[in-house]
Amino acid sequence: MIELKRLHKSYITGNNKLHVLKGLDLTIEQGELVSIMGSSGSGKSTLLNILGILDSYDQGSYKLNGTLMSNLTEKKAAHYRNNLLGFVFQSFNLISFKNAVENVALPLYYQGVSRKKRNKIALDYLDKMGLKDWAEHMPSELSGGQKQRVAIARAMISKPKVILADEPTGALDSATSIEVMELFREINKDGITMIIVTHEQDISEKTDRIIHLKDGIIEFEHNTKKLVYV
Amino acid sequence: MIDVDKWKEIINTLKSNKVRTFFTAFGVFWGIFMLIIMLGSGNGLQNAIYQNMGDFATNSCFMWTQQTSVAYKGFPRGRSYRFNNGDTKALLEKIPELKDLSPRLQGRGGDGSNNAVRGRKTGAFTIFGDYPAWNRIDPIKITSGRFINELDIKNNRKVVVIGKRVVEVLFEPEENPLEQYIKISGVYFKVVGVFKSKKGGQQAEREEQNVHMPFTTLQRIYNFGEDVGWYAMTASEEIPVGIVEEKAKEILKRRHSIAPDDERAVGGFNVSKEFKKMRGLFAGINGLIWIVGIGTLLAGVIGVSNIMLVIVKERTKEIGIQRAIGATPANIILQIINEAVFLTSIAGAIGLVCGFWLIELINFILESSNSSAEMFKNPEVDFSIAISALIILIFAGIFAGLIPAKRAVSIKPIDALRTE
Repeated sequence: MIELKRLHKSYITGNNKLHVLKGLDLTIEQGELVSIMGSSGSGKSTLLNILGILDSYDQGSYKLNGTLMSNLTEKKAAHYRNNLLGFVFQSFNLISFKNAVENVALPLYYQGVSRKKRNKIALDYLDKMGLKDWAEHMPSELSGGQKQRVAIARAMISKPKVILADEPTGALDSATSIEVMELFREINKDGITMIIVTHEQDISEKTDRIIHLKDGIIEFEHNTKKLVYV
Repeated sequence: MIDVDKWKEIINTLKSNKVRTFFTAFGVFWGIFMLIIMLGSGNGLQNAIYQNMGDFATNSCFMWTQQTSVAYKGFPRGRSYRFNNGDTKALLEKIPELKDLSPRLQGRGGDGSNNAVRGRKTGAFTIFGDYPAWNRIDPIKITSGRFINELDIKNNRKVVVIGKRVVEVLFEPEENPLEQYIKISGVYFKVVGVFKSKKGGQQAEREEQNVHMPFTTLQRIYNFGEDVGWYAMTASEEIPVGIVEEKAKEILKRRHSIAPDDERAVGGFNVSKEFKKMRGLFAGINGLIWIVGIGTLLAGVIGVSNIMLVIVKERTKEIGIQRAIGATPANIILQIINEAVFLTSIAGAIGLVCGFWLIELINFILESSNSSAEMFKNPEVDFSIAISALIILIFAGIFAGLIPAKRAVSIKPIDALRTE
């Protein structure tokens, strides 16, 4: 599903060149539940952004669902983001003046689905998240956990192959965090690849495969309880 | 595509800062409002001036006698002279370009003292001696009967054509003035026609107090002999009246032993020249109105563009989210342009409606007060102008949205997401 080869990425700020990803190799199969860990500056956010086609890379190759992601026009990139990917953010990133069901339905709006139809689908997804009664509420009227579940429903509505989550539990208390992780596992069971960036040990332990990043390369990864050194 | 989400989005953005939205919209509103008001006023001025002219032949000129200013053929300067019937004949014979020639005389006693009597009713009116041609140069509307004709002239008939006001003064309301007799300067005349002015305001009031009688009759009644007071003439189609004017002056100067280089002796007024000047003036006023109006409108549009820039900046993160979940740059650009067009159109439409409404109100007040406003009449704005203003507005809205929209999509989605 995801295939990275010798991936390099550096940021240039003024005269300084910051080499963030230094030849990263990574393959993630369909249906995996993966977490990416690392201290700040390890390059995990950069990696996630590249995986999400929100950012470009300098060298190497990135294949998503068998397609090479390079030199994409914004229109193409938007198309792939819309059809293949779902995003869950730490700060939820819901649109404040749209209610829950409208927020969930938004990706379908960009696909040109009629309002009536997409709101119906969105309501189904909210129902799965146990938020049917909150469908008409605005984000400001929801708790953190509820907001994140709305965001997850939004990520899922376009039936993506991959869901990318950037510190999804970073703003939630531990009980809610566990709920969210259980939700991710549920989604994963349907065959959707989940990639979760986190720095919390107990969160990553709830995934099947943990990838540790350090200084732009994979330091080591372990699979469930089996430790594998690269 | 009319989409509830799109409208919701637009209204929400604009609602999020009401004061700012209001003042921005006000800029556009004011621009279009002023444009409509100015255009309406310009038209009002023009209508008033043109109406004061009635159906006056514009390709015409007037000529009268003044004192000579150059000594010639043994005559001293400062000599007075009179036009006469011989001049009329000569002008008609020697100027082929002449279309209508109307010699005129004014009856004595037009100084305000009563000169018309019918039974116990009296009135002071202006008495003109006219040829039929006069009604083709400065037309009046004959409401009943007829104007002076050739037979009246030939037979020196004692007939008059009288204005509406004259009828009101000399006759009872239910009386038919036709075929009735009125006494003017001691002589009885038969009324053969009644007329109404085609002009407006005071001009019309003045004109409707006129009494026209055959030129030849007036010459006799008032003992003018062969004298002619002044001439009005028009040139044939396509020929500038200036040519006729020049020829006529030359003939008149020769006939009255006036030096060819005497600029003063024959007084003249070229209506066509004045009319052209006036048309030029109105074209100028109109041009100025458009320049000022478009300028004001442009200032409003730039205001909208500015506000959209701020909105885009404030919503960078939101735009980032939208792009992360699949909005294409085209989606974003369209959305911002939609907002700008919406704001300018709504504000512009309100401005348009208010402008029209105010003009209608002024019109209504002018009409109901029945004021004979000389300088302002029937202000109006063409429907086509309103439509073109609307089209300008929509394009202005697109223009106002384009720059902020470009700015919005020039930011990479990842940078947009990072902003707080």
